[in-house]
Amino acid sequence: MVHTYQLNGYFIAVDTGSGAVHKLDECSFELLNLFKDGLPRRLPPVLPSNLTEKFERELLEEAFGELGSLSENGSLFAADDHSAFACSLKLSPVKSMCLNVAHACNLRCDYCFASQGDFGGGIKLMTAETASRAIDFMVKESGERHNLEVDFFGGEPLMNFDVVKNTVLYARSIEKTKQKNFRFTITTNGMLLDDEKISFINKEMSNVVLSIDGRKEVHDRFRTCADGSGSYERIMPLFQKLVRERGGKDYYVRGTFTRKNLDFSADVLHLYEAGFEQISIEPAVSAQVTDYSIDESCLPRIFDEYEILAREIIQIRRGGGHINYFHFMIEPDSEPCLLKRLRGCSCGNEYVAVTPEGDIYPCHQFVGIDSFVIGNISKDELNTALREKFATANVFSKERCSSCWAKYYCSGGCNANNYAFCGSITQPHPISCEMEKKRLECAFMIQAALMPADIQDG
Amino acid sequence: MKHVTTVKKASLKQSAKTGGCGECQASCQSACKTSCTVANQKCEKH
Repeated sequence: MVHTYQLNGYFIAVDTGSGAVHKLDECSFELLNLFKDGLPRRLPPVLPSNLTEKFERELLEEAFGELGSLSENGSLFAADDHSAFACSLKLSPVKSMCLNVAHACNLRCDYCFASQGDFGGGIKLMTAETASRAIDFMVKESGERHNLEVDFFGGEPLMNFDVVKNTVLYARSIEKTKQKNFRFTITTNGMLLDDEKISFINKEMSNVVLSIDGRKEVHDRFRTCADGSGSYERIMPLFQKLVRERGGKDYYVRGTFTRKNLDFSADVLHLYEAGFEQISIEPAVSAQVTDYSIDESCLPRIFDEYEILAREIIQIRRGGGHINYFHFMIEPDSEPCLLKRLRGCSCGNEYVAVTPEGDIYPCHQFVGIDSFVIGNISKDELNTALREKFATANVFSKERCSSCWAKYYCSGGCNANNYAFCGSITQPHPISCEMEKKRLECAFMIQAALMPADIQDG
Repeated sequence: MKHVTTVKKASLKQSAKTGGCGECQASCQSACKTSCTVANQKCEKH
């Protein structure tokens, strides 16, 4: 399967089966579009007039030859024959945990999927004992996996900072004897940050997700305190300090865009100008229809905005600046393997969320839905049938995904999103699919635009 | 090649042979917590 598109003056071909991406000139692009189902052995003597009027026969023969070489070396029209690997997927050890240390929040963001932090179940804080048991559970269920990751999440995890600290110290105290390597991350709204917490986070957390939506008026529209006032003025300097003192370790400033700020490229650039280089701004996720919901009618505007952002990023990088937008990120030299791409985050299988009561869910977004309880960390029994359902959800078991060119990049979408919008983890949410495809097109175009000139001429 | 430049090499087949160690980060934990991009995750072996 080959996906071709034109964007920002670049002609691109994505070969689904091999994972290769090519930048074409107009002649080879037109020719490839003519033979989208596969190349004939020879260039036919008679070609459509739109090609022959634009390009000399000699040029067309040359381009046809190059496409043929790519096809022969397996980087164009490669067979998409990876379903056998998908069939072999089974339950894996647990290696990743979202630890909901606080079902409580000191902000009142309207768009919060967690019902302002308590997931609809009332305010609860995790005890140190439950958190340590969750660590023990993970060690026990992790089998031979060496790297174990724990994200402190909520609500707002800094509302239970002592438990965060205790949990890190406990895990560090056992990791050598258990032959594990813990990687901690934290997702915070920043309201309770101070020097002590910044110093602890920067020492112990391999990644930090800092929630900020961008421009002050955009951020303060939703991210309000209990008294209705905005939180931007308080958190911005704290986030800047944290990142300044982070010493190059990973972080993301992570925001949400809604129907109210479809010009979100301005928010990404605002954050860049405020000194942040690692940025993720994502669409609000809520199946509930509100005046800020993103629906199909927003898509053309969102596509334009991704294109605007892509062009800005190219300009910044060409000027020597560094900016990384999460969804335009591709790692051509260290890509994830096919097996990871088949089922993505692997929630409910390798990845679980644990609530303050110790209940285990497939991920943080399923918390509070009774039918998705996998078990409890204080009990031995896990709902294996439910885990298997998640373990076998992959791009081939999701009917709409199996014929999609982008399936090895999004891995079948977010299962929680799929369930919330379409009622099933194997039914991808069409609006999310369209946005993801556009982001990928932009990501490949940026790669093409930023290739060194000698390679481009090559 | 004059007409085509490869931006990203064919890698899926080979990665199926060498991958699957499960030591990499869960994609949802890296930044998004809501979304779906997986291709931007780094392989632990690189």
